[in-house]
Amino acid sequence: MKTGVVSMHEKIFRKETSDAKERGKIEIDEVSIVFGSGPTENIAVQETSINISPGEFVCILGPSGCGKSTLLNSVAGYVKPSSGRVLVDNEVITEPGPDRGMVFQQYSLFPWKTVHQNIAFGPKLAGYTPSQCDSIASTFLAMIGLSKIAKSFPGELSGGMQQRVGIARALANYPRVLLMDEPFGALDAQTRLMMQESLLNIWSEFGITVLFVTHDVDEAIFLADRILIMSSSPGSVIADLNVALERPRSPEMATSTEFVALKKECLSHIRAQSLKAFEEVGH
Amino acid sequence: MNGAVLEKIANNDAETVNDSAVGGLKSAGKNSPDSAVIQSVTNTDSENFSFKDFVLSSLKNEKLQTISVGIVSLSFGILIWHLATLYNFNYFINFENVPSPTTVGAAFLSHLGDAEFYKHILISMRRILFAYSIAVVLGVTIGVLVGRSRIARAAVLPYIEVIRPIPAVAWIPLAILMWPTEESSIVYITFLGALFPIILNTIHGVKETPEVLVRAAVSLGAKKMEVFWHVVLPAALPSIAAGLSIGMGISWFSLLAGEIISGQYGIGYFTWDAYSMINYPDIVVGMLIIGGLGTLSTYLIGLMMRPALRWKKFQR
Ligand SMILES: Nc1ncnc2c1ncn2[C@@H]1O[C@H](COP(=O)(O)OP(=O)(O)OP(=O)(O)O)[C@@H](O)[C@H]1O
Ligand SMILES: [Mg+2]
Repeated sequence: MKTGVVSMHEKIFRKETSDAKERGKIEIDEVSIVFGSGPTENIAVQETSINISPGEFVCILGPSGCGKSTLLNSVAGYVKPSSGRVLVDNEVITEPGPDRGMVFQQYSLFPWKTVHQNIAFGPKLAGYTPSQCDSIASTFLAMIGLSKIAKSFPGELSGGMQQRVGIARALANYPRVLLMDEPFGALDAQTRLMMQESLLNIWSEFGITVLFVTHDVDEAIFLADRILIMSSSPGSVIADLNVALERPRSPEMATSTEFVALKKECLSHIRAQSLKAFEEVGH
Repeated sequence: MNGAVLEKIANNDAETVNDSAVGGLKSAGKNSPDSAVIQSVTNTDSENFSFKDFVLSSLKNEKLQTISVGIVSLSFGILIWHLATLYNFNYFINFENVPSPTTVGAAFLSHLGDAEFYKHILISMRRILFAYSIAVVLGVTIGVLVGRSRIARAAVLPYIEVIRPIPAVAWIPLAILMWPTEESSIVYITFLGALFPIILNTIHGVKETPEVLVRAAVSLGAKKMEVFWHVVLPAALPSIAAGLSIGMGISWFSLLAGEIISGQYGIGYFTWDAYSMINYPDIVVGMLIIGGLGTLSTYLIGLMMRPALRWKKFQR
């Protein structure tokens, strides 16, 4: 899968040339996140601890409103934990930064920058020379197979293309971890499948840690090494499932017995949650 | 080195795609003149392709159509004006003292060699340039501050709310009392007219900045100023551009009010002076000059903003 292009650039531009295996450890340590206070108090995340090893692909799966985005945002640095702390490579997270790449559900490319400029923006902020930024951007455009549209504006692209550019933009900073919040949620089923496969290719090429939020069970199983299932009110992780499916993954696996068994397990956890929530509302 | 080569390849690719996209557009184009020409070429033996066909197919071209309808409509208006003055139309509205299009045209031509006339125009334009430039710088700065900072908003918004509803024209008496010279009071009024639309549109634009884009920039390593230059300002630009156009219109309006009431030069003074001197054709000459300059300056503002808003037409 190594194309050579990316690994060459890794050598040239990667700030730490040390082993990729050393980078991208995430520790979520007894994190609680509370919004509001008094009668409007809302415990979005309660005393949650998660450890993610470098290079792991972890999906957070859970119903709407259970606190998935909030938890992810605490790793990104947009939300400060009310208690506990988040560490990436043993550094406590206090604010957003380029060491953590972020891909959003809504299209978040800068509409006034061309595709090329969007990808070159991170390296530019990091202080690379214009020609270095250009060549980084070109490399990543080649990687996602969109060199031909370098000069297009995001508004000219399909949703799937925009998200590919979004991923490339996040990776162009060579971040320690890639944080993705339902990045394919707005795409149609067909595009979604293609995007999942291409994400896995990129991931295997980079060996980067990915924390991926979704509420789609199939998506989580197809992508992840590990699935964390969250429950709502208060948000917390109720199950940590290992996905033992072999890699590279292919869409045909969706009918394999292991896949189906995993899916049943996920669904039963989620159903138990929904039932609980339903009964709580009923009483 | 390899990077540069890669980049070249990427750029070349992009150009080919652009070319083919343009080609595609052209071939799929609705340009009727083109297709008419193509037809005439394929039917080499027929002599059916005539000038009349060409004119008809040209008329189908949207741009030409817009322009020709505009010209016809304007000519019709001038004709009505001409007839009304020719027959001294007087029914509720009185055309007896209204100069005819031809006398206005003649008056205009006679002014072309008159240095005084140009002086009026240049002085008005200088006032606009001066007052408007200050309004743009101050308006955009205040707008951005108010839009981005809660403290600035709390401090400035009360002033805006109180002063905004007062038309610039209502400031004239006080402006004359406040400012040392007539010139400065006219410039002040012109400035005020442009200021508020620019402030309000800038605030609006800044507030419209999608939060997700700010988050994206911050996670790519942008600091406060970089977020401002790369996200907030471009996001606000369409709205700011609208404010600049509106502000230009209102600054002309305010300038003329100021020039009519005080001053010895300027196109507003010229127009009002023509009325006092019972020189009726010059009233209309002055009006048309004002209209022309107003349109021209608003158009120029649009033209200057266009490159920065090129991305906008792809937005859905
Ligand atoms: N900035 C905020 N202020 C107040 N409450 C918030 C804020 N962000 C999230 N919440 C609340 O925290 C809870 C969890 O929200 P969160 O967005 O993390 O859920 P989610 O699992 O990502 O849901 P979805 O699948 O719909 O995106 C919700 O009850 C939400 O209302
Ligand atoms: Mg969410």
